[in-house]
Amino acid sequence: MKKLLLAGLLLTPSFIVGGCQTTSMNQVMETSQSQVAIRSIQTRAFDTKDKTKTLRTIIATLQDLGFVIDKADEDLGTVSGTKLDGYQLRLTVTVRPRGEKQLLVRANATYNVTAVEDPEPYNQFFAALEKAMFLTAHQVD
Amino acid sequence: MKKIKVLLFILPMFCVVACVQTIPKEALQLRPESLELRKLQTRSFETKDEKQLLVAGAGILQDLGYNIDESETKLGVIVGSKDRDAVEAAQVAGAIMIAALGGGSVPIDKNQKIRASLITFPGKGKTTNLRITIQRIVWNTAGQISKTQSIEDPEIYQDFFTKLSKAVFLDANEI
Repeated sequence: MKKLLLAGLLLTPSFIVGGCQTTSMNQVMETSQSQVAIRSIQTRAFDTKDKTKTLRTIIATLQDLGFVIDKADEDLGTVSGTKLDGYQLRLTVTVRPRGEKQLLVRANATYNVTAVEDPEPYNQFFAALEKAMFLTAHQVD
Repeated sequence: MKKIKVLLFILPMFCVVACVQTIPKEALQLRPESLELRKLQTRSFETKDEKQLLVAGAGILQDLGYNIDESETKLGVIVGSKDRDAVEAAQVAGAIMIAALGGGSVPIDKNQKIRASLITFPGKGKTTNLRITIQRIVWNTAGQISKTQSIEDPEIYQDFFTKLSKAVFLDANEI
């Protein structure tokens, strides 16, 4: 029994380590879900061609959600912001044309040091953006 | 003995949980008080000259000691920040008390980074709106982050808009 206990005690740390990563450098190219799945969670299409107005609405929505803007670039179509509320949440939103009549809006979030891959926060973000845009956010496959 | 076995099973679970951080459910949700905050942080000015308002805003940020980090005139964006002392008398007094009682040294707030983003956008009729959001990160004497927060104090925003209003010779109207 004592031997078993000892074995257990020796094994525990390896279980603990098993929950974490082996090499932190792997994070450079790491994604936990498939690229396609993440892209679909993070992307919506809007029926508008007005890129500038869309970017301005994204900025306003971020401010409504308690963000301070970090960067914005109209030509590139990107906006980044940070929310601090006992945690650090960074969000980057990009806008690019899709076909002749639509714009594709993609958001990706980082919570402290973890990529957000849960669909719910993105649904909430797009729900807020939808309201501000007065347009429906279409799911994209 | 059984207790130890249970512990051996449970322990790794705790450790695995420690490796994963999850986002709070309401982090990207519009709060009921969002509208209130928007009012607090936004003013409407009787001008169509968005650029002039943006330039004046940058001037006020400089007056307040902010350095400009980022700007995009085409989207009405200016971002500034300043690093400042964050030592508070009450915390120092508390730390001295604890040390005097033999509690050892307690880390207290030391430095802070304050960030502000100033956004202009066309308002109704011949007006332009300006909204500023401010936040700060505080580090303690142990070099750890002790506070990350949004500034929601009404007086701070009122003070900012009073200064801006004087600079542009225009009234800052509530939205």
